[in-house]
Amino acid sequence: MPKVNGASLLRGLIGTAGLLVVLEAAGRLGAWDTERLPLVSTVLLRAGELLTDPEFLVSARSSLTTWALALLVTIAIAVPAGLLLGMVKPAEVAVRPLIEFLRPIPSVALIPLVILLYSETTHMRITVAVYAALWPVLINTIYGVRDVDPLAKETLRSFGFGPGSVAYRVVLPGAAPFIATGIRLAASVAIVLVVTSELIAGGIEGIGVYITIAQSGNRLDLMIGATILVGLFGILVNALLVAGENRLFRWHRARAGAAT
Amino acid sequence: MLELVDLSHTYGSYRAIDRVNLKVAQGEVVCIVGPSGCGKSTLLRSIAGLIKPTGGTVLLDGKPVDGSPENLAVVFQDYSRSLYPWMSALANVGLPLRRRGLDRKRRDAAAMAALEQVGLAGAAAKFPWEMSGGMQQRVSIARALAYQPKLLLMDEPFGSVDAQTREELEDLTLRVCAHHGMTILLITHDVDESVYVGDRVVVLSKAPGTVVGDLTVQLPGPRDQIHTRELDAFVRLRAEVGRLVRGMTPHRNGVETR
Repeated sequence: MPKVNGASLLRGLIGTAGLLVVLEAAGRLGAWDTERLPLVSTVLLRAGELLTDPEFLVSARSSLTTWALALLVTIAIAVPAGLLLGMVKPAEVAVRPLIEFLRPIPSVALIPLVILLYSETTHMRITVAVYAALWPVLINTIYGVRDVDPLAKETLRSFGFGPGSVAYRVVLPGAAPFIATGIRLAASVAIVLVVTSELIAGGIEGIGVYITIAQSGNRLDLMIGATILVGLFGILVNALLVAGENRLFRWHRARAGAAT
Repeated sequence: MLELVDLSHTYGSYRAIDRVNLKVAQGEVVCIVGPSGCGKSTLLRSIAGLIKPTGGTVLLDGKPVDGSPENLAVVFQDYSRSLYPWMSALANVGLPLRRRGLDRKRRDAAAMAALEQVGLAGAAAKFPWEMSGGMQQRVSIARALAYQPKLLLMDEPFGSVDAQTREELEDLTLRVCAHHGMTILLITHDVDESVYVGDRVVVLSKAPGTVVGDLTVQLPGPRDQIHTRELDAFVRLRAEVGRLVRGMTPHRNGVETR
Protein backbone atom coordinates (compact mmCIF):
# COMPACT_ATOMS: atom_id res chain seq x y z
CA MET A 1 0.00 0.00 0.00
CA PRO A 2 1.81 3.11 -1.16
CA LYS A 3 1.39 5.84 1.37
CA VAL A 4 0.90 9.30 -0.08
CA ASN A 5 2.12 12.14 2.08
CA GLY A 6 1.71 15.86 1.61
CA ALA A 7 5.20 16.52 0.26
CA SER A 8 5.16 13.78 -2.39
CA LEU A 9 1.65 14.79 -3.45
CA LEU A 10 2.79 18.39 -3.87
CA ARG A 11 5.80 17.33 -5.97
CA GLY A 12 3.56 15.18 -8.15
CA LEU A 13 1.23 18.10 -8.74
CA ILE A 14 4.13 20.42 -9.54
CA GLY A 15 5.51 17.87 -12.03
CA THR A 16 2.16 17.44 -13.75
CA ALA A 17 1.49 21.20 -13.88
CA GLY A 18 5.00 21.76 -15.28
CA LEU A 19 4.46 19.29 -18.10
CA LEU A 20 1.08 20.82 -18.95
CA VAL A 21 2.61 24.31 -19.07
CA VAL A 22 5.40 23.12 -21.38
CA LEU A 23 2.90 21.41 -23.71
CA GLU A 24 0.66 24.48 -23.73
CA ALA A 25 3.62 26.75 -24.59
CA ALA A 26 4.82 24.37 -27.31
CA GLY A 27 1.35 24.31 -28.84
CA ARG A 28 1.04 28.08 -28.77
CA LEU A 29 4.53 28.48 -30.29
CA GLY A 30 3.39 26.41 -33.26
CA ALA A 31 5.00 23.04 -32.50
CA TRP A 32 1.98 21.37 -34.08
CA ASP A 33 -1.20 22.31 -35.93
CA THR A 34 -3.58 23.22 -33.15
CA GLU A 35 -6.50 22.99 -35.57
CA ARG A 36 -5.90 19.23 -35.62
CA LEU A 37 -4.49 18.54 -32.15
CA PRO A 38 -5.97 21.04 -29.69
CA LEU A 39 -4.06 22.96 -27.03
CA VAL A 40 -3.81 21.63 -23.47
CA SER A 41 -5.96 24.49 -22.18
CA THR A 42 -8.70 23.68 -24.71
CA VAL A 43 -8.71 20.00 -23.76
CA LEU A 44 -8.87 20.78 -20.03
CA LEU A 45 -11.68 23.25 -20.65
CA ARG A 46 -13.61 20.58 -22.62
CA ALA A 47 -13.02 18.02 -19.88
CA GLY A 48 -14.52 20.48 -17.40
CA GLU A 49 -17.47 21.15 -19.65
CA LEU A 50 -18.10 17.45 -20.14
CA LEU A 51 -18.83 17.11 -16.44
CA THR A 52 -22.00 19.16 -16.95
CA ASP A 53 -22.84 17.81 -20.41
CA PRO A 54 -25.98 15.60 -20.09
CA GLU A 55 -25.02 13.45 -23.09
CA PHE A 56 -21.61 12.67 -21.63
CA LEU A 57 -23.02 12.13 -18.14
CA VAL A 58 -25.44 9.47 -19.40
CA SER A 59 -22.48 7.68 -20.97
CA ALA A 60 -20.32 8.10 -17.88
CA ARG A 61 -23.05 6.75 -15.61
CA SER A 62 -23.44 3.75 -17.90
CA SER A 63 -19.71 2.98 -17.86
CA LEU A 64 -19.41 3.40 -14.12
CA THR A 65 -22.43 1.17 -13.49
CA THR A 66 -20.95 -1.53 -15.73
CA TRP A 67 -17.62 -1.13 -13.95
CA ALA A 68 -19.18 -1.41 -10.47
CA LEU A 69 -21.23 -4.46 -11.43
CA ALA A 70 -18.18 -6.11 -13.01
CA LEU A 71 -16.19 -5.52 -9.82
CA LEU A 72 -18.97 -6.99 -7.66
CA VAL A 73 -19.25 -10.08 -9.87
CA THR A 74 -15.46 -10.43 -9.78
CA ILE A 75 -15.41 -10.32 -5.98
CA ALA A 76 -18.35 -12.72 -5.69
CA ILE A 77 -16.55 -15.28 -7.85
CA ALA A 78 -12.87 -14.80 -7.06
CA VAL A 79 -12.92 -14.43 -3.27
CA PRO A 80 -14.83 -17.65 -2.47
CA ALA A 81 -12.88 -19.51 -5.17
CA GLY A 82 -9.59 -18.18 -3.80
CA LEU A 83 -10.52 -19.14 -0.23
CA LEU A 84 -11.36 -22.65 -1.38
CA LEU A 85 -8.21 -23.05 -3.49
CA GLY A 86 -6.06 -21.55 -0.75
CA MET A 87 -7.38 -23.86 1.94
CA VAL A 88 -7.73 -27.09 -0.03
CA LYS A 89 -4.29 -27.84 -1.42
CA PRO A 90 -5.36 -30.71 -3.74
CA ALA A 91 -7.98 -28.46 -5.36
CA GLU A 92 -5.35 -25.81 -6.00
CA VAL A 93 -2.96 -28.36 -7.50
CA ALA A 94 -5.73 -29.64 -9.78
CA VAL A 95 -6.80 -26.19 -10.99
CA ARG A 96 -3.41 -24.45 -11.16
CA PRO A 97 -2.52 -25.50 -14.75
CA LEU A 98 -5.92 -24.30 -15.95
CA ILE A 99 -5.40 -20.95 -14.20
CA GLU A 100 -1.91 -20.58 -15.68
CA PHE A 101 -3.36 -21.30 -19.14
CA LEU A 102 -6.37 -18.99 -18.93
CA ARG A 103 -4.73 -16.08 -17.14
CA PRO A 104 -2.45 -14.84 -19.97
CA ILE A 105 -5.27 -14.87 -22.54
CA PRO A 106 -5.99 -11.19 -23.14
CA SER A 107 -9.56 -10.38 -22.32
CA VAL A 108 -9.71 -8.12 -25.38
CA ALA A 109 -9.17 -11.17 -27.60
CA LEU A 110 -12.37 -12.63 -26.20
CA ILE A 111 -14.53 -9.65 -27.17
CA PRO A 112 -15.54 -10.97 -30.64
CA LEU A 113 -16.55 -14.30 -29.09
CA VAL A 114 -18.41 -12.71 -26.20
CA ILE A 115 -20.30 -10.41 -28.62
CA LEU A 116 -21.76 -13.52 -30.25
CA LEU A 117 -22.71 -15.03 -26.91
CA TYR A 118 -24.60 -12.04 -25.47
CA SER A 119 -27.34 -9.99 -27.03
CA GLU A 120 -27.25 -7.54 -24.14
CA THR A 121 -24.25 -5.17 -24.39
CA THR A 122 -23.97 -4.60 -20.63
CA HIS A 123 -23.68 -8.33 -19.98
CA MET A 124 -21.06 -8.58 -22.68
CA ARG A 125 -19.01 -5.73 -21.18
CA ILE A 126 -19.30 -7.14 -17.66
CA THR A 127 -18.14 -10.55 -18.85
CA VAL A 128 -15.09 -9.11 -20.58
CA ALA A 129 -14.17 -6.98 -17.55
CA VAL A 130 -14.72 -9.84 -15.08
CA TYR A 131 -12.51 -12.16 -17.11
CA ALA A 132 -9.60 -9.75 -16.78
CA ALA A 133 -10.28 -8.59 -13.22
CA LEU A 134 -10.74 -12.08 -11.82
CA TRP A 135 -7.08 -13.04 -11.76
CA PRO A 136 -5.57 -10.46 -9.43
CA VAL A 137 -8.31 -11.10 -6.88
CA LEU A 138 -8.09 -14.88 -7.21
CA ILE A 139 -4.30 -15.06 -7.00
CA ASN A 140 -4.08 -12.56 -4.13
CA THR A 141 -6.78 -14.41 -2.20
CA ILE A 142 -4.94 -17.72 -2.60
CA TYR A 143 -1.68 -16.17 -1.41
CA GLY A 144 -3.45 -14.34 1.41
CA VAL A 145 -5.01 -17.56 2.65
CA ARG A 146 -1.61 -19.29 2.49
CA ASP A 147 -0.09 -16.49 4.51
CA VAL A 148 -2.46 -16.99 7.45
CA ASP A 149 -0.46 -18.33 10.37
CA PRO A 150 -1.14 -22.03 11.06
CA LEU A 151 -0.91 -21.32 14.78
CA ALA A 152 -3.69 -18.73 14.48
CA LYS A 153 -5.91 -21.42 12.98
CA GLU A 154 -4.86 -24.06 15.52
CA THR A 155 -5.63 -21.71 18.38
CA LEU A 156 -9.25 -21.49 17.31
CA ARG A 157 -9.40 -25.21 16.59
CA SER A 158 -8.10 -25.95 20.07
CA PHE A 159 -11.11 -24.09 21.46
CA GLY A 160 -13.27 -26.56 19.57
CA PHE A 161 -14.21 -24.44 16.54
CA GLY A 162 -14.93 -26.33 13.31
CA PRO A 163 -13.33 -25.73 9.90
CA GLY A 164 -16.14 -23.39 8.80
CA SER A 165 -15.68 -21.11 11.81
CA VAL A 166 -11.91 -21.15 11.37
CA ALA A 167 -12.32 -20.11 7.72
CA TYR A 168 -14.73 -17.31 8.58
CA ARG A 169 -13.11 -16.01 11.76
CA VAL A 170 -9.39 -16.47 11.08
CA VAL A 171 -8.63 -17.22 7.44
CA LEU A 172 -10.89 -14.58 5.90
CA PRO A 173 -9.86 -11.67 8.16
CA GLY A 174 -6.22 -12.79 8.03
CA ALA A 175 -6.23 -12.84 4.23
CA ALA A 176 -8.31 -9.64 3.95
CA PRO A 177 -5.38 -7.22 3.37
CA PHE A 178 -4.18 -9.32 0.42
CA ILE A 179 -7.72 -9.65 -0.94
CA ALA A 180 -8.15 -5.87 -0.70
CA THR A 181 -4.96 -5.30 -2.70
CA GLY A 182 -6.27 -7.74 -5.32
CA ILE A 183 -9.55 -5.85 -5.50
CA ARG A 184 -7.73 -2.55 -5.93
CA LEU A 185 -5.73 -3.96 -8.85
CA ALA A 186 -8.91 -5.48 -10.28
CA ALA A 187 -10.68 -2.11 -10.11
CA SER A 188 -8.12 -0.51 -12.44
CA VAL A 189 -8.14 -3.49 -14.79
CA ALA A 190 -11.95 -3.51 -14.92
CA ILE A 191 -12.29 0.16 -15.92
CA VAL A 192 -9.79 -0.39 -18.75
CA LEU A 193 -11.75 -3.38 -20.05
CA VAL A 194 -15.14 -1.69 -19.76
CA VAL A 195 -13.97 1.26 -21.89
CA THR A 196 -12.13 -1.06 -24.30
CA SER A 197 -15.21 -3.22 -24.88
CA GLU A 198 -17.26 -0.06 -25.46
CA LEU A 199 -14.70 1.14 -28.01
CA ILE A 200 -14.49 -2.17 -29.86
CA ALA A 201 -18.06 -3.44 -29.70
CA GLY A 202 -19.87 -0.13 -29.66
CA GLY A 203 -23.34 0.27 -28.23
CA ILE A 204 -25.67 3.08 -27.28
CA GLU A 205 -24.11 4.39 -24.08
CA GLY A 206 -20.70 4.40 -22.45
CA ILE A 207 -17.60 6.57 -22.37
CA GLY A 208 -16.00 4.38 -25.03
CA VAL A 209 -19.04 4.89 -27.25
CA TYR A 210 -18.88 8.63 -26.60
CA ILE A 211 -15.21 8.68 -27.64
CA THR A 212 -16.03 6.76 -30.85
CA ILE A 213 -18.78 9.26 -31.70
CA ALA A 214 -16.41 12.20 -31.01
CA GLN A 215 -13.88 10.51 -33.28
CA SER A 216 -16.35 10.27 -36.16
CA GLY A 217 -17.01 13.99 -35.69
CA ASN A 218 -13.23 14.61 -35.75
CA ARG A 219 -13.53 16.22 -32.27
CA LEU A 220 -10.09 15.51 -30.82
CA ASP A 221 -10.73 17.95 -27.96
CA LEU A 222 -13.74 15.91 -26.79
CA MET A 223 -11.94 12.58 -27.29
CA ILE A 224 -8.95 13.62 -25.21
CA GLY A 225 -11.17 15.37 -22.65
CA ALA A 226 -13.26 12.21 -22.11
CA THR A 227 -10.10 10.10 -21.90
CA ILE A 228 -8.66 12.38 -19.23
CA LEU A 229 -11.85 12.02 -17.20
CA VAL A 230 -11.56 8.20 -17.33
CA GLY A 231 -8.00 8.53 -16.05
CA LEU A 232 -9.03 10.87 -13.26
CA PHE A 233 -11.79 8.48 -12.26
CA GLY A 234 -9.25 5.66 -12.06
CA ILE A 235 -6.98 7.75 -9.82
CA LEU A 236 -9.91 8.68 -7.58
CA VAL A 237 -11.06 5.08 -7.11
CA ASN A 238 -7.51 3.93 -6.43
CA ALA A 239 -7.00 6.67 -3.84
CA LEU A 240 -10.27 5.78 -2.11
CA LEU A 241 -9.37 2.10 -1.97
CA VAL A 242 -5.86 2.84 -0.66
CA ALA A 243 -7.36 5.07 2.04
CA GLY A 244 -9.82 2.31 2.94
CA GLU A 245 -7.02 -0.26 3.16
CA ASN A 246 -4.87 1.98 5.34
CA ARG A 247 -7.79 2.49 7.68
CA LEU A 248 -9.09 -1.08 7.85
CA PHE A 249 -5.77 -2.88 7.91
CA ARG A 250 -3.80 -0.80 10.34
CA TRP A 251 -2.95 -4.06 12.11
CA HIS A 252 -1.40 -5.45 8.94
CA ARG A 253 0.78 -2.38 8.39
CA ALA A 254 1.78 -2.40 12.05
CA ARG A 255 2.80 -6.03 11.78
CA ALA A 256 4.55 -5.90 8.42
CA GLY A 257 6.30 -2.67 9.41
CA ALA A 258 7.26 -0.19 6.73
CA ALA A 259 7.79 -2.99 4.20
CA THR A 260 4.34 -2.80 2.63
CA MET B 1 -9.54 -36.47 34.75
CA LEU B 2 -6.89 -36.85 32.03
CA GLU B 3 -5.37 -40.18 31.20
CA LEU B 4 -2.86 -41.02 28.49
CA VAL B 5 -2.62 -44.70 27.64
CA ASP B 6 0.37 -45.83 25.56
CA LEU B 7 0.21 -42.57 23.62
CA SER B 8 2.55 -42.72 20.61
CA HIS B 9 3.04 -40.63 17.53
CA THR B 10 5.27 -41.01 14.51
CA TYR B 11 5.87 -38.53 11.70
CA GLY B 12 6.76 -40.78 8.77
CA SER B 13 9.57 -42.87 10.19
CA TYR B 14 10.39 -40.43 13.01
CA ARG B 15 9.02 -41.52 16.37
CA ALA B 16 8.28 -38.39 18.38
CA ILE B 17 6.68 -39.97 21.43
CA ASP B 18 6.57 -43.61 22.41
CA ARG B 19 3.99 -45.15 24.74
CA VAL B 20 3.50 -42.27 27.12
CA ASN B 21 1.37 -43.19 30.13
CA LEU B 22 0.16 -40.49 32.43
CA LYS B 23 -2.72 -39.82 34.79
CA VAL B 24 -3.62 -36.34 35.90
CA ALA B 25 -6.09 -35.77 38.72
CA GLN B 26 -8.64 -32.97 38.88
CA GLY B 27 -7.09 -29.71 40.06
CA GLU B 28 -3.50 -30.88 39.70
CA VAL B 29 -0.77 -28.74 38.15
CA VAL B 30 1.49 -31.09 36.22
CA CYS B 31 4.65 -29.86 34.51
CA ILE B 32 6.13 -31.85 31.70
CA VAL B 33 9.81 -31.22 31.26
CA GLY B 34 12.31 -32.75 28.90
CA PRO B 35 15.23 -32.03 26.62
CA SER B 36 14.46 -30.24 23.36
CA GLY B 37 13.04 -32.55 20.73
CA CYS B 38 11.48 -34.90 23.26
CA GLY B 39 8.07 -34.66 21.66
CA LYS B 40 6.61 -32.31 24.30
CA SER B 41 4.66 -30.33 21.75
CA THR B 42 3.50 -33.47 19.96
CA LEU B 43 2.15 -34.70 23.27
CA LEU B 44 0.28 -31.46 23.87
CA ARG B 45 -1.11 -31.34 20.37
CA SER B 46 -2.38 -34.90 20.66
CA ILE B 47 -4.21 -34.05 23.87
CA ALA B 48 -5.68 -30.90 22.32
CA GLY B 49 -6.94 -32.94 19.36
CA LEU B 50 -4.86 -30.88 16.90
CA ILE B 51 -3.18 -34.01 15.60
CA LYS B 52 -4.42 -37.56 15.63
CA PRO B 53 -1.86 -39.70 17.47
CA THR B 54 -0.76 -42.78 15.55
CA GLY B 55 -1.05 -44.98 18.63
CA GLY B 56 -2.65 -45.12 22.05
CA THR B 57 -5.52 -43.13 23.50
CA VAL B 58 -6.19 -39.88 25.29
CA LEU B 59 -9.00 -40.15 27.82
CA LEU B 60 -10.63 -37.04 29.19
CA ASP B 61 -13.01 -37.73 32.06
CA GLY B 62 -12.92 -41.36 30.99
CA LYS B 63 -13.97 -40.65 27.42
CA PRO B 64 -11.57 -41.00 24.45
CA VAL B 65 -10.70 -37.70 22.78
CA ASP B 66 -11.77 -37.36 19.17
CA GLY B 67 -11.18 -33.97 17.58
CA SER B 68 -10.79 -30.93 19.83
CA PRO B 69 -12.40 -31.65 23.19
CA GLU B 70 -14.76 -29.24 24.91
CA ASN B 71 -13.62 -27.69 28.17
CA LEU B 72 -10.04 -27.45 27.10
CA ALA B 73 -7.95 -24.39 26.33
CA VAL B 74 -4.39 -24.00 25.12
CA VAL B 75 -1.92 -21.20 25.78
CA PHE B 76 0.86 -21.28 23.20
CA GLN B 77 4.39 -19.92 23.52
CA ASP B 78 3.99 -17.72 20.48
CA TYR B 79 1.46 -15.19 21.74
CA SER B 80 2.11 -12.89 18.78
CA ARG B 81 0.95 -15.59 16.38
CA SER B 82 -1.80 -16.97 18.54
CA LEU B 83 -3.59 -13.65 19.19
CA TYR B 84 -5.56 -12.08 16.35
CA PRO B 85 -3.98 -8.76 15.37
CA TRP B 86 -7.21 -7.44 13.85
CA MET B 87 -9.02 -7.73 17.15
CA SER B 88 -8.73 -5.73 20.37
CA ALA B 89 -7.65 -7.52 23.53
CA LEU B 90 -11.29 -7.66 24.63
CA ALA B 91 -12.43 -9.21 21.34
CA ASN B 92 -9.55 -11.71 21.40
CA VAL B 93 -10.50 -12.86 24.88
CA GLY B 94 -14.20 -12.96 24.04
CA LEU B 95 -13.91 -14.89 20.77
CA PRO B 96 -13.80 -18.47 22.15
CA LEU B 97 -16.86 -17.68 24.26
CA ARG B 98 -18.94 -17.90 21.10
CA ARG B 99 -18.59 -21.64 21.61
CA ARG B 100 -20.36 -21.20 24.91
CA GLY B 101 -23.38 -19.69 23.18
CA LEU B 102 -23.11 -16.38 25.03
CA ASP B 103 -24.47 -13.18 23.52
CA ARG B 104 -22.25 -10.19 22.85
CA LYS B 105 -22.96 -8.46 26.16
CA ARG B 106 -22.17 -11.49 28.28
CA ARG B 107 -19.10 -12.31 26.21
CA ASP B 108 -17.74 -8.81 26.74
CA ALA B 109 -18.50 -8.95 30.45
CA ALA B 110 -16.74 -12.31 30.86
CA ALA B 111 -13.78 -11.13 28.76
CA MET B 112 -13.49 -7.95 30.82
CA ALA B 113 -13.54 -9.94 34.06
CA ALA B 114 -10.74 -12.19 32.76
CA LEU B 115 -8.67 -9.18 31.68
CA GLU B 116 -9.12 -7.70 35.15
CA GLN B 117 -7.79 -10.92 36.67
CA VAL B 118 -4.59 -10.65 34.67
CA GLY B 119 -4.28 -6.94 35.44
CA LEU B 120 -5.15 -5.66 31.99
CA ALA B 121 -8.52 -4.01 32.58
CA GLY B 122 -7.12 -0.75 31.28
CA ALA B 123 -5.86 -2.26 28.02
CA ALA B 124 -9.08 -3.92 26.83
CA ALA B 125 -9.37 -1.68 23.78
CA LYS B 126 -5.71 -2.07 22.75
CA PHE B 127 -4.62 -4.24 19.88
CA PRO B 128 -1.99 -6.96 20.38
CA TRP B 129 0.60 -5.07 18.34
CA GLU B 130 0.23 -2.10 20.65
CA MET B 131 1.27 -4.22 23.65
CA SER B 132 4.52 -5.59 25.05
CA GLY B 133 5.21 -9.33 24.88
CA GLY B 134 4.32 -9.83 28.53
CA MET B 135 1.01 -8.03 28.07
CA GLN B 136 0.19 -10.11 25.01
CA GLN B 137 0.82 -13.33 26.88
CA ARG B 138 -1.42 -12.04 29.68
CA VAL B 139 -4.14 -11.58 27.09
CA SER B 140 -3.62 -15.20 25.96
CA ILE B 141 -3.91 -16.35 29.55
CA ALA B 142 -7.03 -14.23 30.03
CA ARG B 143 -8.51 -15.80 26.90
CA ALA B 144 -7.99 -19.26 28.36
CA LEU B 145 -9.38 -18.19 31.76
CA ALA B 146 -12.50 -16.60 30.32
CA TYR B 147 -13.30 -19.84 28.53
CA GLN B 148 -13.23 -21.58 31.95
CA PRO B 149 -11.81 -24.87 30.72
CA LYS B 150 -11.51 -27.81 33.07
CA LEU B 151 -8.12 -28.57 31.55
CA LEU B 152 -5.63 -25.88 30.61
CA LEU B 153 -2.74 -26.86 28.38
CA MET B 154 0.27 -24.54 28.28
CA ASP B 155 3.00 -25.01 25.69
CA GLU B 156 6.14 -23.25 26.96
CA PRO B 157 3.90 -20.32 27.86
CA PHE B 158 6.64 -18.16 29.37
CA GLY B 159 9.41 -19.05 26.93
CA SER B 160 9.29 -15.81 24.96
CA VAL B 161 9.21 -13.19 27.72
CA ASP B 162 11.97 -11.65 29.82
CA ALA B 163 12.95 -13.11 33.19
CA GLN B 164 10.99 -10.66 35.37
CA THR B 165 7.84 -11.00 33.31
CA ARG B 166 8.28 -14.75 33.39
CA GLU B 167 8.23 -14.84 37.20
CA GLU B 168 5.23 -12.54 37.28
CA LEU B 169 3.35 -14.72 34.81
CA GLU B 170 4.21 -17.92 36.70
CA ASP B 171 2.74 -16.48 39.88
CA LEU B 172 -0.26 -15.10 38.03
CA THR B 173 -0.99 -18.47 36.48
CA LEU B 174 -0.72 -20.29 39.80
CA ARG B 175 -2.94 -17.74 41.53
CA VAL B 176 -5.78 -17.55 39.04
CA CYS B 177 -5.81 -21.25 38.25
CA ALA B 178 -5.97 -22.19 41.93
CA HIS B 179 -8.85 -19.73 42.19
CA HIS B 180 -10.73 -21.49 39.36
CA GLY B 181 -9.75 -25.00 40.45
CA MET B 182 -8.38 -25.67 36.98
CA THR B 183 -6.27 -28.67 36.05
CA ILE B 184 -3.10 -27.57 34.29
CA LEU B 185 -0.65 -29.41 32.09
CA LEU B 186 2.31 -27.12 31.52
CA ILE B 187 5.07 -28.00 29.11
CA THR B 188 8.46 -26.43 29.62
CA HIS B 189 12.14 -27.05 29.01
CA ASP B 190 13.00 -25.09 32.14
CA VAL B 191 13.77 -27.38 35.09
CA ASP B 192 13.45 -24.58 37.66
CA GLU B 193 10.10 -23.54 36.34
CA SER B 194 8.74 -27.07 36.35
CA VAL B 195 9.56 -27.49 40.04
CA TYR B 196 8.36 -24.02 41.00
CA VAL B 197 5.02 -24.23 39.21
CA GLY B 198 4.14 -27.93 39.41
CA ASP B 199 2.44 -30.12 41.97
CA ARG B 200 4.07 -32.86 39.97
CA VAL B 201 6.92 -32.93 37.49
CA VAL B 202 6.90 -35.50 34.73
CA VAL B 203 10.18 -35.94 32.88
CA LEU B 204 10.27 -37.08 29.28
CA SER B 205 13.32 -38.68 27.68
CA LYS B 206 14.90 -37.64 24.40
CA ALA B 207 12.97 -38.62 21.25
CA PRO B 208 11.16 -40.92 21.10
CA GLY B 209 9.82 -39.28 24.23
CA THR B 210 8.67 -41.52 27.01
CA VAL B 211 8.11 -40.93 30.73
CA VAL B 212 11.37 -41.45 32.67
CA GLY B 213 10.42 -39.74 35.91
CA ASP B 214 7.33 -38.66 37.78
CA LEU B 215 8.03 -36.64 40.91
CA THR B 216 5.64 -35.19 43.43
CA VAL B 217 6.61 -31.69 44.45
CA GLN B 218 6.08 -31.14 48.15
CA LEU B 219 6.74 -27.51 48.79
CA PRO B 220 4.88 -25.31 51.23
CA GLY B 221 2.42 -22.92 49.60
CA PRO B 222 1.76 -20.27 48.65
CA ARG B 223 4.92 -20.34 46.60
CA ASP B 224 7.15 -17.34 46.45
CA GLN B 225 9.76 -16.59 43.81
CA ILE B 226 12.53 -15.85 46.36
CA HIS B 227 11.51 -17.95 49.33
CA THR B 228 10.48 -21.13 47.57
CA ARG B 229 13.51 -21.19 45.36
CA GLU B 230 15.92 -21.10 48.33
CA LEU B 231 14.31 -24.00 50.19
CA ASP B 232 16.42 -27.13 50.51
CA ALA B 233 13.56 -29.23 49.15
CA PHE B 234 13.36 -27.02 46.05
CA VAL B 235 17.09 -27.23 45.42
CA ARG B 236 17.09 -31.03 45.84
CA LEU B 237 14.10 -31.49 43.55
CA ARG B 238 15.58 -29.24 40.93
CA ALA B 239 18.78 -31.30 40.94
CA GLU B 240 16.75 -34.47 40.73
CA VAL B 241 14.74 -33.28 37.75
CA GLY B 242 17.88 -31.90 36.15
CA ARG B 243 19.57 -35.31 36.34
CA LEU B 244 16.54 -37.02 34.84
CA VAL B 245 16.39 -34.53 32.00
CA ARG B 246 20.05 -35.20 31.24
CA GLY B 247 19.35 -38.92 31.25
CA MET B 248 21.23 -39.76 34.49
CA THR B 249 19.99 -42.21 37.11
CA PRO B 250 18.13 -40.49 39.92
CA HIS B 251 19.37 -40.29 43.50
CA ARG B 252 16.81 -41.17 46.11
CA ASN B 253 17.71 -38.92 49.00
CA GLY B 254 14.51 -37.70 50.53
CA VAL B 255 12.66 -37.13 47.30
CA GLU B 256 9.69 -39.24 46.48
CA THR B 257 10.12 -40.89 43.11
CA ARG B 258 7.30 -42.84 41.61
